[in-house]
Amino acid sequence: MIQMIMLSTMNALNNIIGSGRRLLLIGLAGLGATGFSSGVSAEYADVVLNRLSDKNDVRPVIFPHWFHRIRFRCKVCHNELAFEMRAGANEITMGKIIDGQYCGLCHNNEVAWGVDNCSLCHSGKPGLKTGIRGSNQTGGPGRW
Amino acid sequence: MKFKPRHLVFMIIVWSALQAQGSGWKSLSEDGLHDPANPAIELLQQPAEALSQLPPDTVGNRVLWNRALREQYIQPRTNIYPETKIEIIDMDIIMEKTGEMPLVLFPHRPHTEWLDCTNCHDKIFIEKVDANPVNMFAILSGQYCGQCHGAVAFPLTECNRCHSVPRSTFAGKPGVQSRTN
Ligand code: HEC
Ligand code: HEC
Ligand code: HEC
Ligand code: HEC
Ligand code: HEC
Ligand code: HEC
Repeated sequence: MIQMIMLSTMNALNNIIGSGRRLLLIGLAGLGATGFSSGVSAEYADVVLNRLSDKNDVRPVIFPHWFHRIRFRCKVCHNELAFEMRAGANEITMGKIIDGQYCGLCHNNEVAWGVDNCSLCHSGKPGLKTGIRGSNQTGGPGRW
Repeated sequence: MKFKPRHLVFMIIVWSALQAQGSGWKSLSEDGLHDPANPAIELLQQPAEALSQLPPDTVGNRVLWNRALREQYIQPRTNIYPETKIEIIDMDIIMEKTGEMPLVLFPHRPHTEWLDCTNCHDKIFIEKVDANPVNMFAILSGQYCGQCHGAVAFPLTECNRCHSVPRSTFAGKPGVQSRTN
C-alpha cells in the first residue's frame, strides 16, 4: 500500500520534472520501496550475519551498530581491527572468534563479555539473509 | 520542464510524511530480526533505552550522532591498542557537480572524528579534489558517500545535509576551502 502511494507519487513527480531527473527519482522510489516492502523495522544499521549460522542450526547473529558506536568509533573496528566495511565480506567463524579474531578481539572477557554468551550474539530469527537492515527510508546500498 | 527548487521541496514533504509513519524505536522482540523465542533477548538493551537519551533526529537511528559526540553525550573509544595513530583533520571541500542542486560541502572534521583516513582514502575516494566521478546515481547504489550514508550514517533522503551551500550565495572557489576562523 505504502509502496503504491510512493510509486504513484514518484510517477507524478517524474512527469512534472521531466527526463533529466527521471533516473534519479526512479532510483529513489526503488530504494524507498525496498525499504518498505521488507516488512522489517529493525534498528537502523543492524547487520545480520548468516553465512554459516542456519547451516549449523544456530540462530543468525545480529550485530547492532547503534549499540557499538556509542562505545567505539568506526575506526576501531573498520581500521584497527580490520573489519571490511561490507556486510558478509568478513569470513567470520566461531573458531576464529574463540581464537581472538573478529568479534573475539573484544568479546574475550576483557574488553567485553566472552564467547560463552552464545545467545546474546545468536539472537536472530532463523532464515534471515546476511545484510545490513533497519532503515525505514532506504533499502541501504543496493550494490551488495 | 526543468527541475526547480519547489519540486525538491515537494519531494521532501512527501518523504517526511512517509517517514513519520515509522517514528519511534521498535522493541527488539518486534523488530522483525530478533527471535522473541530466544530467552536471552531479555538481557539485550532496548534501542529506546539508550537512544532516547541522545540528541534527537528525525531519520536513521533518530540520533544526531555528531552532536552526541561533540557535546559528549557519548565518548566512544578511538582505539584499543595504545600505539594506534589517531588523525583528525579540519578541511572542508566544496563539490560543485550537483546540477541545479545546492553545492555539496564535505567536512573532513566530523568524518575523521569517527573514521580513519584509510577508510576512505583511497578505497572510496582518491585523495585529490575532483579525482572522483561522484554522482547521485552511484551514491544511491551504495558507492562513494552511499557506502555509509543510507547504511550506517544518516540516510540519503536528507538531501540538504550534503547539498548545504546555495549556489546563489557561494562566491568562493570549489574544492578545498581555506579557513578564516
Ligand atoms: C560475540 C558474538 C558471538 C558469540 C558470543 C558466539 N558466537 Fe557463534 N558466531 C558468531 C558469528 C559472527 C558467527 C558467524 C555467523 C555467520 O556468518 O553465520 C558465528 C558462527 C557460529 C556457528 C557456525 C559455524 C562456525 O563454526 O562458525 C556456530 C555453530 C556457532 N557460532 C555457535 C556458537 C556457540 C555454541 C556459542 C556459545 C558457546 C557462540 N556461537 C557464541 C558470533 C558469536
Ligand atoms: C564494534 C565494531 C564496529 C563498529 C564500532 C562499527 N562497525 Fe561497521 N560493521 C561492523 C561489522 C561486524 C559489520 C559487518 C561486516 C560483515 O558482515 O562481514 C559492519 C558493516 C559496516 C558497513 C557495511 C554495510 C553494507 O552496506 O554492507 C558499513 C558501511 C559500516 N559498517 C560503517 C560503519 C560506520 C560508519 C561506523 C561508525 C559510525 C561503524 N561501521 C562502526 C562492525 C563495526
Ligand atoms: C571493539 C570491540 C568490540 C567488537 C569488535 C565487537 N563488540 Fe560486541 N560489544 C562490545 C562491548 C564493549 C559490548 C558491551 C559489553 C557490556 O555491556 O559489558 C558489546 C556488546 C555486544 C552485544 C550486546 C548488546 C546489548 O544489547 O547488550 C552484542 C549482541 C554484540 N556485542 C555482538 C557483537 C558481534 C556479533 C560482534 C562481531 C561481529 C561484536 N559484538 C564485536 C565490544 C565489541
Ligand atoms: C551523503 C551526501 C548526499 C546526499 C544525502 C545527497 N547527495 Fe546529491 N550529491 C552528492 C555528491 C557528493 C554529489 C557529486 C558532487 C560532485 O561530484 O561535485 C551529488 C550530486 C547530485 C546531483 C548532480 C549529479 C547527478 O547525479 O545528477 C544531483 C541532481 C543531486 N546530487 C541530487 C540529490 C537529491 C535530490 C538528494 C536527496 C534525495 C541528494 N542529492 C542527496 C551528495 C549527496
Ligand atoms: C568519509 C570519507 C573521508 C575520510 C575518512 C577522509 N577523507 Fe579526505 N577526502 C574525502 C573526499 C570526499 C575528498 C574530495 C574528493 C573529491 O573532490 O573528489 C577528500 C579529499 C582529500 C584530500 C585532497 C585535497 C586536495 O587538495 O585535493 C586530502 C589531502 C585528504 N582528503 C586527506 C585526508 C586525510 C589526511 C584524512 C584522515 C585524517 C582524510 N582525508 C579522511 C573523503 C574522506
Ligand atoms: C566511510 C563512511 C562515510 C562516507 C564514505 C561518507 N560519510 Fe558522511 N558521515 C559519516 C558518518 C559516520 C557521519 C556522522 C553522522 C551520522 O552517523 O549520521 C557522517 C556525517 C556527515 C555529515 C554531517 C556532518 C555534521 O557536522 O553533522 C555530512 C554533511 C556528510 N556526512 C556528508 C558526506 C558526503 C558529502 C560524503 C561523500 C562525499 C560522505 N559524507 C561520505 C560517514 C561517511
